[in-house]
Amino acid sequence: MELAFYLSSLVAVLATVGVITGTSPVHSVVYLIVSLIAVALVFFALGAPFAGALEIIIYAGAIMVLFVFVVMMLNLRGDEERAPQWRQPLYWVGPSLLALALLAVLVVLIASGEVDMTIDGELITARGIGLTLFGPWLMVVELSALLLLAALVTASHVGRRNDPGHTTPASRQAPDRGDTP
Amino acid sequence: MNGIPMEHGLMLAAILFALGLAGLMLRRSMLFILMSLEIMLNAAGLAFIVGSTAWNQPDGQAMFLLVITLAAAEASVGLALMIQLYQRFHSLKLDNVSRMRG
Repeated sequence: MELAFYLSSLVAVLATVGVITGTSPVHSVVYLIVSLIAVALVFFALGAPFAGALEIIIYAGAIMVLFVFVVMMLNLRGDEERAPQWRQPLYWVGPSLLALALLAVLVVLIASGEVDMTIDGELITARGIGLTLFGPWLMVVELSALLLLAALVTASHVGRRNDPGHTTPASRQAPDRGDTP
Repeated sequence: MNGIPMEHGLMLAAILFALGLAGLMLRRSMLFILMSLEIMLNAAGLAFIVGSTAWNQPDGQAMFLLVITLAAAEASVGLALMIQLYQRFHSLKLDNVSRMRG
């Protein structure tokens, strides 16, 4: 259990580094899939098999397939965004310093050892999760259904094909290349 | 088999979250920003799972389900916005849209 946890953690961190340093969109998406599967293995090692299965099915299955599909549909290439991104340090110095201060607080809190608990890998079954969800958490389930419906309506409205009769001036300059949904 | 300390799980979640935040601030392409958001949401879900297994309570895993729901909604709306951005500007750089005022 411990070996699986630490090995999967290493794979997850390395794959995430590959995501944020990659230049090709397809390579980064594949790295992100590897990272999500590694996190799912961490869940299995911690003793949460239901969450691990959900992570693989929903995250690595549904969401990342959506990403891959959009990347293929837009026919993206590597982006040349390297050079001019650091030219205005006014925009990123302040947030970076504040985030570093928060990170220091977090590391000190975790490393001070007051969280003296051990994960012994006892299984939490899907039955307990279902009883929690449809017992005391029923209102939250209804609210998440509302959230999904709102996301469905928003995605189908925003992601629609541009009507050629009602184009805005910006999209009239850009010809339709046939790779739009 | 003496178990995993909870600090290690929390540390992994913190590392993944910090990497996602770094990617969010470093990259200017909308696809990479969306992927960094997914990484950060996933790290938050990992922290919930670590807490759930440390206390042997199923509430953290129910919360992880809700985090996954939120991530799915965010990814679908974000990808739809990204398709619109690519249709208008034929690029995914978010600096193109910074001309919008108000």
